Amino acid sequence: MQHLISALIAIVAGVGACALYYFAANALLDIILPFRDASPRAVRNQKLASVIRPWLFLGPALLVLGLYLVYPVIDSLRLSFYDRTGEEFVGFSNYGWAINDPEFRQSIFNNLLWLIFVPAVSTGFGLVIAFLTDRIWWGNIAKSLIFMPMAISFIGASVIWKFIYDFRSEGSVQIGLLNAIVEGFGLAPQAWITIPFWNNFFLMIILVWIQTGFAMVILSAALRGIPDETIEAAIIDGAKGYQLFFYIMIPQIWGTIAVVWTTITILVLKVFDIVLAMTNGQWDSEVLANLMFDWMFRGGGDFGRGATIAVVIMVAVIPIMIWNIRRANAEMENR
Amino acid sequence: MAGMAGSKQGGWPVHVAVIFLVILWVLPTFGLLVSSLRDKDLLAVSGWWTALTTTERNEVGRAPPPEEQAQEDAEYVISGNLFEADSGARVARFGVSIQRPDEFPVGETAEMRSGALLTVNEDGSYRMVSTEPFEGARGQRLFYTAAFPPDFTLANYEEVLTSEGIGQSFINSLTVTIPATIIPILIAAYAAYALAWMKFPGRALLLSVVVGLLVVPLQMSLIPLLKLYNDVGAIFGVPSKTYVGIWLAHTGFGMPLAIYLLRNYIAGLPGEIMESARIDGASDFDIFVRIVLPLSMPALAAFAIFQFLWVWNDLLVAMVFLGNGDDQLVLTGRLRELLGSRGGNWEILTASAFISIVVPLLVFFSLQRFLVRGLLAGSVKG
Repeated sequence: MQHLISALIAIVAGVGACALYYFAANALLDIILPFRDASPRAVRNQKLASVIRPWLFLGPALLVLGLYLVYPVIDSLRLSFYDRTGEEFVGFSNYGWAINDPEFRQSIFNNLLWLIFVPAVSTGFGLVIAFLTDRIWWGNIAKSLIFMPMAISFIGASVIWKFIYDFRSEGSVQIGLLNAIVEGFGLAPQAWITIPFWNNFFLMIILVWIQTGFAMVILSAALRGIPDETIEAAIIDGAKGYQLFFYIMIPQIWGTIAVVWTTITILVLKVFDIVLAMTNGQWDSEVLANLMFDWMFRGGGDFGRGATIAVVIMVAVIPIMIWNIRRANAEMENR
Repeated sequence: MAGMAGSKQGGWPVHVAVIFLVILWVLPTFGLLVSSLRDKDLLAVSGWWTALTTTERNEVGRAPPPEEQAQEDAEYVISGNLFEADSGARVARFGVSIQRPDEFPVGETAEMRSGALLTVNEDGSYRMVSTEPFEGARGQRLFYTAAFPPDFTLANYEEVLTSEGIGQSFINSLTVTIPATIIPILIAAYAAYALAWMKFPGRALLLSVVVGLLVVPLQMSLIPLLKLYNDVGAIFGVPSKTYVGIWLAHTGFGMPLAIYLLRNYIAGLPGEIMESARIDGASDFDIFVRIVLPLSMPALAAFAIFQFLWVWNDLLVAMVFLGNGDDQLVLTGRLRELLGSRGGNWEILTASAFISIVVPLLVFFSLQRFLVRGLLAGSVKG
């Protein structure tokens, strides 16, 4: 309870301090540079104030962004050329280590699997579900239920699915759903998450389960944005359901599909919790983000190697980052 | 458009397909909920989908030691009950060897290896009769197949809330989440207003930077900030893992999305309102506080929901910036710890997991409208 009270105090203090800063900074600027009369000095003051004021408004945000995102990115880059304590310059030796490290190679391979499978399957399912649910009267309820896993933490989802993949040796009663179904078909139960290579897919399914709702919501809005005339014309020309879907609707929403795909791609690159909770990288299921976390603390922590792995993730994100910035700029010019 | 209505409505295959997909998506969570409400002994021996049926299970009981035998006429008798009172369980069959616990139906009398006669009744009461006195220090083992009727209970929740520390972690999670959700909002709103409606050199560049920062992986921030926090802690003699530290960290990590979402929304507000206010002599500060902030409530709500869900569900930031002690371990961290230490105790895991997801689910279902709007506005986000 004491924590909650301190949390409430923090809210009041935090928000209060911010509000006070904005109010005081703004008032101070008005006092230093008064412009209420019509003298030439007032005109000059007003100009000066209008140059300064945006930076007063932006100040705290820039401070936070700088401290928590910009500075760390630069420092991580620097640390990747330093040794485990971050004190001695070692050139490219961390990168050299990474290329030859079997765990790192395994992670790169697994991350590639994740990058292909999760965005493709989530987007595919999302698209199909968006298309189908727009066609039934209880579609919104269905959407809401499929969207629900979005609210569940990766670690909560991992517990849910670990229960589904639960394995008891052959002969005892299976309490995991998957093995019960497998036994129902007369096959032998498996310890799914310990099967190298294929266990990656059992982990990926968890992320697909979470992300399909996201894809569905965005794509559903895009599908509804297709002009009625387009659909109508296609129907008059005799387009059937699947033709309508593949030849008319999908080409119309390519842009949105790309946005969904890249958004999920970035999430996949950062996936950590699921692997940590399900296997912690055992049985050849390691991924970069978990490997990075591992090196951060392994044997007291190796900041050089950890930072190197982070930089590799960052490099993978950069193409999408550039694409996003271009797209955002184009959008702003259209406004 | 009358003809359109028909073609846009799906036939029964569409309904069936969607029902199938919905079941596929809901079933995992439903299984978790059902399991968390089952008696823990039943949970360990039968799938949750059998929760409504009677479960049969092979058991071994032990009779009282021979010293408690009673003498009735020329016979020696040991009697008792296999079940605790009111357990609701029944004996389906019983046997005299571990290989065949289902050899005899209840009510029959079986001859044990010692020559004694054993009778077990459906309610669990049993009676061993022998003409010779029972000997030895320990009681006889009794083998039986028990049938347990469905049994739902809140005991698992009681257990995890009290003895597994989930209750404390719940409070810790709230402590992290609430300030980390609210503090960024005002900071971001001011910045968003400046980026949307104030003219200054470098504005376009700054916007590009914000869009770029949206997708910067958290992993890039961890090591430098961990070092920084340790240094600050060492220099000022304060602990490096504090709630203030994680509030600020979440404020920083949420800032790009907050600015981006709010800027898009605020830029879309009608310029005429602001222009006329400006002509009436209102300053940027007045315009922001009196006009922009109240009008931006839907966007503020959308961001608040995002941030709330993200902070509540976060594991990585909490693991790096908070300690492992009882007073700092959040729900996600606790869940991870339980996965390691109580990996086989599904009654603990399922109940704990459900407690950890119930708050986000409530937020999700009650405020879904805002969430969807936010998603649509900010789908550039990584």
